[in-house]
Amino acid sequence: MNPRLALATAARVLNQVRHDPRTVALLLVVPSLLIGLMAWIFTNTKTFDIVGPALLGLFPFIVMFLITSITTLRERRSGTLERLMTMPLGKFDFLVGYTLAFGLLAILQSLIAVAYAVWVCGLAVSGSAWLLILVALVNAILGTTLGLFASAFATTEFQVIQFMPALVFPQILLGGIFVPRAQMPDVLRSISDWLPLSHSIDALQKVISRSDASGEVLRELGIVALWAVGLVVLGSITLRRRTP
Amino acid sequence: MNSSPAVEIANLRVHRGKLDVLRDLTLAVPRGQVVGLLGPSGSGKSTLMRSIVGAQKVAAGTITVFGVPAGAPALRKSIGYVTQAPSVYDDLTVTQNLRYFAQVIGAPRPDIQRVIHEVELEPQARQLAGDLSGGQRNRVSLAVALLGSPELLVLDEPTVGLDPVLRRDLWALFASLAARGVSLLVSSHVMDEARRCDRILLLHQGRLLADETPAGLLTLTGADDPDDAFLALVSGASA
Repeated sequence: MNPRLALATAARVLNQVRHDPRTVALLLVVPSLLIGLMAWIFTNTKTFDIVGPALLGLFPFIVMFLITSITTLRERRSGTLERLMTMPLGKFDFLVGYTLAFGLLAILQSLIAVAYAVWVCGLAVSGSAWLLILVALVNAILGTTLGLFASAFATTEFQVIQFMPALVFPQILLGGIFVPRAQMPDVLRSISDWLPLSHSIDALQKVISRSDASGEVLRELGIVALWAVGLVVLGSITLRRRTP
Repeated sequence: MNSSPAVEIANLRVHRGKLDVLRDLTLAVPRGQVVGLLGPSGSGKSTLMRSIVGAQKVAAGTITVFGVPAGAPALRKSIGYVTQAPSVYDDLTVTQNLRYFAQVIGAPRPDIQRVIHEVELEPQARQLAGDLSGGQRNRVSLAVALLGSPELLVLDEPTVGLDPVLRRDLWALFASLAARGVSLLVSSHVMDEARRCDRILLLHQGRLLADETPAGLLTLTGADDPDDAFLALVSGASA
């Protein structure tokens, strides 16, 4: 891997995003609006304290999954990827470049969403706010890497969109937002133990509800990060210099 | 001075899906010449070009470029490749596109201005590639291939959608590149462009029909223009 080329790729991707201000605005504002709506719906109940933190993890994950899988698919279809693959650009330069660029966007998105949830919606955070942002960032990177991987199996934008219910919704359902994971049937419980999103939701709930859980949070994040690394490696296998 | 051909292909076979796109192709692209790859659409021109740049899975045969197997990492800096569809980023300006690709191949910064000048896109340098006309976008794509100092240019229909003046200018650019020692393989389905090449490879249904100079092609077939020469060869091949 060549860090200079990864950075050049990240800068190029950010430059592309910059030419699309509407996407940037939606990216940064929509999560906060939805969190605000959620807080409003659950006024005078305890529910927002449980759902609110999970949302902070879900948004970066879902949004980054979508934009990464669609932009990489566009790159595959427009011929720019084929061109890059005939040039001295490594697969990891490409993947790390994308992860860096969208990771940076995710940090901005998370900062705004966390600030809005805490200061406007009154979400009480017992643990460190920095840890909360770190969790959101790792979630975003997970979404980016899953999107990179998924885009290899789609040939149209329609298919990419369908991957969201297929790959993302089960993780949300099994992640412990609707029913605490401890109360699920054994089979589902053990499946959810293996899914990355379960661990990031656990991490978020621990940061929010306890001030002494930093060690546990980092352990959960470690599992999510392992998933992200695994997906980048799988993604690099799907990037081929030679195609049929 | 190495006098071996730029590209040497022996018994190349390529399948795409159930189709035999290239069938037992053997040919050479000499150094420092403009070689035209001509043939009707669907004859396998693009597949042959993808094979030479190492983007195509091949079923059998060998391809060497400057003595190295096609697709070898050592070749990635020395081949400029233009795909048929303009492969540039529509949401970047012309200059931003070139800056990124220049970084990837390690071309010096002044190269960006040079190639913009060579494809005559100075007035559009700050426009988004997506806002340009089809022919202008093609030229951005061509400019990317000219970055650095490629020794081999593989250009898939670079003159499609260009007006006669620009076409003439580009063919003049190709000739001057060849004079500098660059080897060019330029595909076209316009037989008329054959006249501007040093050598012509005529492809038909995945087979090589002719490997001639433009004049040689006319003598061989007794035709007056490349169009007739091609028709004569095709009817000969199917008879």
